[in-house]
Amino acid sequence: MMSFFGFFFIFLGLIAFTISAIGLLRMPDLYSRIHAGAKSPTMATILLILGAIFLEPSWAPKLILLAAFILATNPLSSSVIARASHKIDTPYINTNNIDELKDLQEGKK
Amino acid sequence: MYEFASVFLLLAMSLTMIRFLKGPTLNDRVVAFDVLGIMALSLLVLLALYFQRSLYLDIALVLGAIGFLGTTIFGRYIEKGI
Repeated sequence: MMSFFGFFFIFLGLIAFTISAIGLLRMPDLYSRIHAGAKSPTMATILLILGAIFLEPSWAPKLILLAAFILATNPLSSSVIARASHKIDTPYINTNNIDELKDLQEGKK
Repeated sequence: MYEFASVFLLLAMSLTMIRFLKGPTLNDRVVAFDVLGIMALSLLVLLALYFQRSLYLDIALVLGAIGFLGTTIFGRYIEKGI
């Protein structure tokens, strides 16, 4: 039963990885690619580590440390790339001319 | 079963590799590199389960730390130059 749940969560994680890879290929501009590359790999890694905990319960401390590390660092690095890309004015699909981060920075000056 | 899972993950990695090779700007390549690092970390977890060695988990932790540092430094390089 434990092995069934382990492989179930591992394959759920792998499906999420594949969806993320397809999103990276198909999305039209940089920011939507960052969206595809930030959220679903985090969830996929945590699902895969959950499956590994079900398969090998004695490795739980190391695996939980790994999951916490991924959960802390992966959104941070994606946010750093997005902010740097916004700062160098990367072109993107903007249908309604709203850029709230730019307004905020100009209001501060 | 682990073999099938690893091949599945390698398929996703090759799809990401296409974006890494094709990406029009540096930023796309950095995003694809970040995702590739996370996928390699997950592949190391699968390898640890396959060979029944918990040593690979330590390597996965170090790989995650180095990937995070690399992505952050690339972000700083995009923003300000060297």
